[in-house]
Amino acid sequence: MMKKKIGSILYITVCFLFLYLPILVTMVYSFNSSKSLTSFESFSLRWYENLFTSGEIMNAVYVSITIALLATAISTVLGTITAIGLSKSRRILKEIIINVNNIPIMNPDIVTAIGLMILFSSIKMEKGYLTMLLAHIAFCTPYVITSVYPKVRNMDPNLANAAMDLGATPMQALVKVILPMLKEGIYAGVLLAFTMSFDDFVISYFVTGNGVSNISIIVYNMTKRTNPTINALSTLVILVIVITLVTVNVIPLIIRRKRNPEDEFTDMNRSLKEEEA
Amino acid sequence: MRHFIRLIRPYIVWAVVMIIIPLLLIVLYSVTTGGNDLVNIQFTLNNFKKMTEPIYVAVFVKSFQLGLLSVGICLVIGYILAYLITIFSEKVQNLLILFVTIPMWINTLLRTYAWICLLSDNGIINSILGVFGMEPMSMMYTDFAVIIGLVSDLLPFMVIPIHTSLCKIDQSLLEASMDLGANRFQTFWRVTFKLSIPGVLNGIIMTFLLSISTFVIPKLLGGGQYMLIGNLIENQFISVGDWNFGSAISVILAFIILIAITSMKQIDKEEAEEE
Amino acid sequence: MSNVLIELKGLTKNYEDQQVLKGIDLNIHENEFLTLLGPSGCGKTTTLRILAGFDEPSGGEVLFDGVDISKIPPYKREINTVFQKYALFPFLNVYENVAFGLKIKKMDKSLLDHKVKKILKLVGLEGFEKRDVTKLSGGQQQRVAIARALVNEPKVLLLDEPLGALDAKLRKEMQGELKKIQKEVGITFIFVTHDQEEALSMSDTVVVMHEGIIQQVGTPEDIYNEPENRFVANFIGESNIVEACMLDDLLVSFDGFEFECVDKGFKKNECVEVVIRPEDIDIVKPEEAKLNGTVKSIVFKGVHHEIVVETEKRDYMIHTTDYFEVGLRVGLQFGPDDIHVMYRMDWE
Repeated sequence: MMKKKIGSILYITVCFLFLYLPILVTMVYSFNSSKSLTSFESFSLRWYENLFTSGEIMNAVYVSITIALLATAISTVLGTITAIGLSKSRRILKEIIINVNNIPIMNPDIVTAIGLMILFSSIKMEKGYLTMLLAHIAFCTPYVITSVYPKVRNMDPNLANAAMDLGATPMQALVKVILPMLKEGIYAGVLLAFTMSFDDFVISYFVTGNGVSNISIIVYNMTKRTNPTINALSTLVILVIVITLVTVNVIPLIIRRKRNPEDEFTDMNRSLKEEEA
Repeated sequence: MRHFIRLIRPYIVWAVVMIIIPLLLIVLYSVTTGGNDLVNIQFTLNNFKKMTEPIYVAVFVKSFQLGLLSVGICLVIGYILAYLITIFSEKVQNLLILFVTIPMWINTLLRTYAWICLLSDNGIINSILGVFGMEPMSMMYTDFAVIIGLVSDLLPFMVIPIHTSLCKIDQSLLEASMDLGANRFQTFWRVTFKLSIPGVLNGIIMTFLLSISTFVIPKLLGGGQYMLIGNLIENQFISVGDWNFGSAISVILAFIILIAITSMKQIDKEEAEEE
Repeated sequence: MSNVLIELKGLTKNYEDQQVLKGIDLNIHENEFLTLLGPSGCGKTTTLRILAGFDEPSGGEVLFDGVDISKIPPYKREINTVFQKYALFPFLNVYENVAFGLKIKKMDKSLLDHKVKKILKLVGLEGFEKRDVTKLSGGQQQRVAIARALVNEPKVLLLDEPLGALDAKLRKEMQGELKKIQKEVGITFIFVTHDQEEALSMSDTVVVMHEGIIQQVGTPEDIYNEPENRFVANFIGESNIVEACMLDDLLVSFDGFEFECVDKGFKKNECVEVVIRPEDIDIVKPEEAKLNGTVKSIVFKGVHHEIVVETEKRDYMIHTTDYFEVGLRVGLQFGPDDIHVMYRMDWE
């Protein structure tokens, strides 16, 4: 038994090395004082300095963050109310909307991207920040709906009735009862929307213009040759994402521990898994 | 709850404008000429005909070859990884799966860029080889580099669904199988593998979908001349400016994916009926 | 009886192409414990949902203190509901659940606290304030649901099969408890159930419903002893139901014999049905009764024996504490007031 486990651990380690080694290498070399990738000369924050003094890069960081925040906020609201309305709709309408909603999820990004690119140019909309924001809302909302809708469906429909029975207006019932019930789904949706938007390259690349770039686009344009400033940027972005993920996965674990020690890992991770599957 | 039906209305409008109309526009562009000038459009099938030219056929063939090859590699590596993960306790499994998921959240672009640092002529692998006195290898801008990039990008998408379906398998089925005289291998093949097929199919769909439409990985690791379907579309829209031809390729791409998804679902259904 | 509080007039309800209520007329009084009884799909829950305001009737009126409230939303009605699966808010604790309605009304904190504590005491949940509602037993959740509704001091409390999820023993206990609570708060309870025993043991008035129509309204005794038709007789306990002919007032004929009875007002020679409860039949010596038969089976049921006697025309079921051997020739005897004549139902 033990032997078998050692073999497994070895295999898993090799796979994880394959997944993580490139990332770790970029991170390590972001602290290299020389431009070389072959030898690590000495520790330096030179590339980070470069990063923070580059107006172009800081601008892209600003674009990435603000677009991700706005797109997340808007698509979360839109996706959540849609999921709630969806559960009450007639079956045919429900099926049509769910199928349409699946199109951007199943379609390759590049097809979604050129579709939106053609749309914006057809209505003579100038490409830039606004078109990028609209496009991000468009591809984030379906993910929010898919993470919130199952929670709506599993909810006892009488809960909203109970709230209204006790004197809550429909709006109060929505805020005080339905939204708290959907909390987990909404959090998963927020996380998904934020990271999808923050990480997006393909769609942003096609729908932006007028020099508006996000981090991905900047990286794409700079990767024609190796550039340690990108290593530094990459390190920061990866850190932000990893810290977010770990916090999101670990905090509920700690909170839940207090209430119910049997509950294992987070639903968040689980629902993400289901999402991807 | 009938009060909440109205909440769906904004999204209906949104979905029509931002999902349905763009798709219709792509289809419209694919069967017309004259680019963006909607006033004097002319219907034509030339955009599709153009795709039968040898250079474009070659692009499709190459995309399929690379796509299927990387899906195959992912399947083998990923199945074993998913299976080995299930050996551990639930807590450890959750942690391992979290580690498999994290790369999915990190920008493909950054991860692909990281491979450049490793694979380039004066990159880290070559400098390690140099330490051992070996000749440096030229790995960048080859199929090898593109496949490495694709596999590392797609592997999590294969592992997660397979692991999910392996986890769902009732342990007593395996015990029953051994009880009925099947050895470990037979049990694996006849019970475990059979029951994990839905996850396998899901993984294949996900990875195939991503590999066939990628243009970032081949561009960064395969170089500017490297052409897959994704790069061809990008070229038409960004550099060449032939949106009609680009749309036609996209229609074909979407169609290929649709066929792939439906055929996988069909297999899944047949499997389920057999049970 | 006291004043009429709610009046249902010609209430109908259609769901898509199906009519689930086909004209309900009913008066509900102050302080009444009224039960809507019927099999699933009979329209009892729909009636309740219309009273609560979750559904709008397709036709007819719902008068509350003489005012039509059928268009008034649930949150403006002086009616509260105890839901089938309680519908407690899982993210709130016991106290917060009960305080929900009062908080919505922005009630003063100390008054709110006083009311919540008082009602929790009434339902026997003192000291449970901080508990997680999802960790309570079925019976405790039930009590929270009742407290959450009653704390708003409604004029009417609606209860939708509230005991359905409880086990048999707890059910009995809660039946008594509910009755006690109703007496204490002194408001109208409208209770929905498909369990006839529950309906008979708790209610002041029982309304038997079937296929969207009220079959009979009456006290539990009325419903049990004087069922108006075959459906009610069958639904309320086991019965011997016999097709019969009403020869005249106080005279009915079935199984080839004429019997005196206490019913009148039927047409001469009208075809009717007669119901005789199993416990109303006495087994006597064959020569002492008109109807004769042989004992076909006997099963001991704990307190009584259930005996089936085969007569010339049909089998009769009898409940008795005496023992008779299978195959024994016996007579079946019943008095005029044991025979209940009902209108014949043509739709079954």
